[in-house]
Amino acid sequence: MTPALQVRGLTVRYREVLALDDVHLAVAPGEACGLVGMNGSGKSTLFRAVLGLVPTSRGDVEVLGGSPQHARARGEVGYVPQTDDVDRDFPVSVADVVLMGRYHLMGWRRRPRAADHAAVEAALDRVRLTELAGRQIGRLSGGQRQRVLLARALAQQARVLLLDEPFTGVDAASEAAVSSVLRELVADGCSVLLSTHDLATLPDLCERSVLLHRRVLAEGPTAQVLTPENLALAFGLGTPGSARRGTGAR
Amino acid sequence: MNLDLVTEAFGFAFMQRALLVTVVASIVCALLSCWLVLIGWSLMGDAVSHAVLPGVVLSYLFGLPFAVGAFVFGIGAVALIGTVRETTRLKEDAAIGVVFTTVFAFGVVLVSVTPSQVDLSHILFGNVLGVSDVDIVQVLVLGAVAFAVLVLLRRDLTLYSFDRVHAHVIGLRARRTGAILLGLLALTVVVALQAVGVVLAVAMLITPGATAFLLTDRISRMLLIAPTIAVACAVVGIWASYALDAASAGLVVVCQGLAFTLAYLFSPTQGLLRRHGALRAGGRGRQRAPLSLTAAEGTGVGSVLPSAETDGTRAP
Repeated sequence: MTPALQVRGLTVRYREVLALDDVHLAVAPGEACGLVGMNGSGKSTLFRAVLGLVPTSRGDVEVLGGSPQHARARGEVGYVPQTDDVDRDFPVSVADVVLMGRYHLMGWRRRPRAADHAAVEAALDRVRLTELAGRQIGRLSGGQRQRVLLARALAQQARVLLLDEPFTGVDAASEAAVSSVLRELVADGCSVLLSTHDLATLPDLCERSVLLHRRVLAEGPTAQVLTPENLALAFGLGTPGSARRGTGAR
Repeated sequence: MNLDLVTEAFGFAFMQRALLVTVVASIVCALLSCWLVLIGWSLMGDAVSHAVLPGVVLSYLFGLPFAVGAFVFGIGAVALIGTVRETTRLKEDAAIGVVFTTVFAFGVVLVSVTPSQVDLSHILFGNVLGVSDVDIVQVLVLGAVAFAVLVLLRRDLTLYSFDRVHAHVIGLRARRTGAILLGLLALTVVVALQAVGVVLAVAMLITPGATAFLLTDRISRMLLIAPTIAVACAVVGIWASYALDAASAGLVVVCQGLAFTLAYLFSPTQGLLRRHGALRAGGRGRQRAPLSLTAAEGTGVGSVLPSAETDGTRAP
């Protein structure tokens, strides 16, 4: 079966700094894969390279068997940024943001049709934010904002989802809501790659994980990847517990 | 306000022309200012309006319409700022500062060696009471073009301002949208130049958007409020300049500043007085928010737990 996301020998340099070194990675259709590593380990760079936001020195990326550009043009790649990456003062409502997931399906003036409004409603329902559809995005909790960004990817009907730290700074209810939706997506055949510090939720959500520290340190079934030895290697700290507290809590 | 004085003021042809030019410039600037303020590109408006100076002078020297030179130098400055920022480690404000002051200074030098043909104060502060027919046609045509593009592409511009990464991810040409926005900025500066001059165009490109931002939390409403305020300020400012026999462009911008001050003090949502009032009244205006917030959280948890258990049994 063709992987939904295939990364081969990916190397990214920022000037003299080697951000990613010969990274190989594959996510199958209907699979959720965890991307674990400390800050600065290259998780975000990997996402940015897959999305075509940073130039790569070597290696290639394939999405759904084709070029990433092709997949992007068809709206097949969804990206859920960290909530902190979004301007919370921006004067748009929750529904406005989710509707932006549909812009590539609209004409050049981006005038929404009935199907677009229906998709927004359905997406908001799935993340349990229907009542807040008219709320300005700054007047939400961090977790609710995370769900809005996930709803945008749902409205987009992306087949491959990249989530950057979806559980950082998120309340328990939102974490559960996000996890639940991701499970449904995977069951429907979508592919999910999510970066996280939150090692506790990872085994429930992702059968497979990749441990990253500029290069792939370990990959395989999550339980086998998250061994104390591997984590010590990835986080450069003692036990997994301290690693999690050291980098995940903020 | 004395109505006779208003009728009298706008009875003169030169006053009508001044009003027309200022209103057109105000509308286009105000629309654009909404996105500039939201992206954080206010300084870019500052830069482009100053950088057009040598273009204007050169246009006069070569007998071209001033818009041609101004547009070329406006776009050139934007490109130069982008180049400096991307090829050095300088932050954007430094790149903007270096480029626009240098280009502006070059313009000042050009003016000084062509004293008989160009009146620097007209370029810097506008000469709205002395606009020619050619100028009016130019302002109307360019203003209409800028207005049409801004209105038709408003949703793309908003997406670009809000989340250009998402625009890129869903396959839209985010860089092109950014380039269009900067091109529109150069075009708008050319329009505003005639009405208020280089220096005060900066105000028209920032203040109406900033004011509207204080008054609403929806961009769709900002795009109505900002031009409305700007037009009101244009009318009041031009009339006041007649009544007081004072600088018209200066008064238009002072009016915009006053409108901002009023919004700052009295905005129903973010006004200073309102916030103080809300504190004293125990946050009366915000009571609804926390209630529905907890309700939504509640439904989130309840619905999540059952489906979690079925995971892993379904394979694609």
